[in-house]
Amino acid sequence: MTVLSVENLQTHFFTRAGVIKAVDGVDFKLDRGEVMGLVGESGSGKSVTGFSILGLVDQPGRVAGGSIRFHGEDLVGKSEEQLRKLRGGKIAMIFQDPMMTLNPVLRIDTQMIEAIKAHENVSKREAWERARDGLGAVGIPSPEERLRAYPHQLSGGMRQRVAIAIAFLNNPDLIVADEPTTALDVTIQAQIIHVAQKMCHERGAAMIWITHDLAVVAGLANRISVMYAGRVVEQGDTDDVIDNPRHPYTVGLLGSVPSANRRGEPLMQIPGMTPNMLNLPTGCAFQARCSRASDACKQAPVPSGEGHLVRCFHPYERVSA
Amino acid sequence: MTKPILEIKDVSKRFVKGLDVAGKIAQRLGSSISEEVVHAVDSVNFTVQPGEVVGLVGESGCGKSTLGRVVAGIHAASEGGVLFEGKDLSSMTPEERRAAGLAIQMIFQDPFASLNPRMRVEQIIGEAPLVHGLCTRANQSEYVDNIMTRVGLDPTLKRRYPHQFSGGQRQRIGIARALAVKPRFLVCDESIAALDVSIQAQVLNLFMELREEFDLTYLFISHDLSVVEHIADRVVIMYLGRVVESAPTEELFANPRHPYTRALLSEVPRLDQRRRSFTPIEGEIPSPLSPPAGCHFHPRCALATDLCKSAAPDLLEPVQGHQLSCHHDLGRQSA
Repeated sequence: MTVLSVENLQTHFFTRAGVIKAVDGVDFKLDRGEVMGLVGESGSGKSVTGFSILGLVDQPGRVAGGSIRFHGEDLVGKSEEQLRKLRGGKIAMIFQDPMMTLNPVLRIDTQMIEAIKAHENVSKREAWERARDGLGAVGIPSPEERLRAYPHQLSGGMRQRVAIAIAFLNNPDLIVADEPTTALDVTIQAQIIHVAQKMCHERGAAMIWITHDLAVVAGLANRISVMYAGRVVEQGDTDDVIDNPRHPYTVGLLGSVPSANRRGEPLMQIPGMTPNMLNLPTGCAFQARCSRASDACKQAPVPSGEGHLVRCFHPYERVSA
Repeated sequence: MTKPILEIKDVSKRFVKGLDVAGKIAQRLGSSISEEVVHAVDSVNFTVQPGEVVGLVGESGCGKSTLGRVVAGIHAASEGGVLFEGKDLSSMTPEERRAAGLAIQMIFQDPFASLNPRMRVEQIIGEAPLVHGLCTRANQSEYVDNIMTRVGLDPTLKRRYPHQFSGGQRQRIGIARALAVKPRFLVCDESIAALDVSIQAQVLNLFMELREEFDLTYLFISHDLSVVEHIADRVVIMYLGRVVESAPTEELFANPRHPYTRALLSEVPRLDQRRRSFTPIEGEIPSPLSPPAGCHFHPRCALATDLCKSAAPDLLEPVQGHQLSCHHDLGRQSA
């Protein structure tokens, strides 16, 4: 069952210096219980894609085209009122910095009860109990006590757990997680991924995990979409994308990850840097850094392939297994 | 065995937060308020051989950055000493101290905060060598050009300010600044943590090229085990101010013997592990203000016994080159 289907999403920022096409034609579908890794470097448009789904894109940006269908209903063009009903209800977001979710001057219980009562007409007592159970479910010890705490009294990992508990309070069908573990230590990262994984599994929620770290999504996601300069350049099942990367950018990104079997050898590196979004070359945005670029790349490539999509004129061949 | 370039001997670093006036009065009146002491680094010992890359790994708050700063001479050690080429930094003559200060350079994590925004790149890189007589005013410009080319920066950009560069380029400026005084030892404190993956690979490759070219020795501080595994010859794992394990990289990754190391290694996300279920170690690193008694790791350790709660294990060397601080040595894994 398709929970979310994004088609030709375009989110543009209209600045004085020109139009920045932060997201320029992104397509994907998400089924119930599925986890999709949205991978890219800073400025690739992965976070803006996430924000667009929740209708959180601020001026001077707006969704300039395409559709975002949640259970078949287009979210683009919905009123703020309607979006507000969905946000924190059926669609929830987990941010990189949990302090973005949490209000520093309110106790955890106040914030959690508020989040429940905003979407459902329940008694305060009932809401409190659900908040307590929510904290318990994400592995916070002595939840009654923690409910009375303020965010600053908790450690970074604890805060992120609270943020996850809040995201799951109203049994969402879709979670957008924007680099939720980037600021955390490895051991805490593993704990947070464990919790998010468990919650999705138990509740059947679909999740978009936005990250720059391919190794994290390799262990977590069912499917991976790789973004570069506002476009999805490669999309497919995790195994396909990681074992058989076809786009030169994905190949370069995977080669940049230090891994055990190439110890001491120089890493494969992508030359140059991420392009200026105001001043993208015509055609393929990756051509200037690409070793396979040719004159054909002056035209914009369209995604091709069955199931495993690649947006490139000169993709690497599939290695037959 | 060659003489080590750097020896860290029983180095401890404590940060003390003194009492304010109100606190002092309260103390006089019999309150139990006392000074707060953070044992950031607690009797750490290790040596670095010339040309070696030593990776220093731990979670935030384990004291790895403080130790790096003690080595670079930014903090003085509270106890113990750092010996550079056999001489203690604290007992050197001023001239020797200056020479050692030049020979040990540091590259910081944040390429945005560690460069003076009001200085042009040529000043940032060229200032120190001029002051220390490594170049003259006449050939300063040429000197800067050379170093910039070496780290992969275009010398025609040297009249620019740091904000006109991207993160990766700024990190290269930081590296050029350190290299400008011809150091022999570089302390890299999370130097690539703030960069994008593809840029990380570029800078990591640069570090390895420079090592060959200038015969450098690195103390590479990082929380990222996969980066350390790639670049380091030897890895030192710290937990709450103490070294818990230290071994040559291959040995450590193949045969981790400390429960903490084992847990850390199993939690590094890897490309070749798919749809795994993450089984985290419980809990978080305790506050260094009140570290647990005995072995610091015991509240999170599955193997902890009463002994661990009372007595801190010594750092022993069960195998040549493999040091370990644990009462319950996990031993070699059967190959």
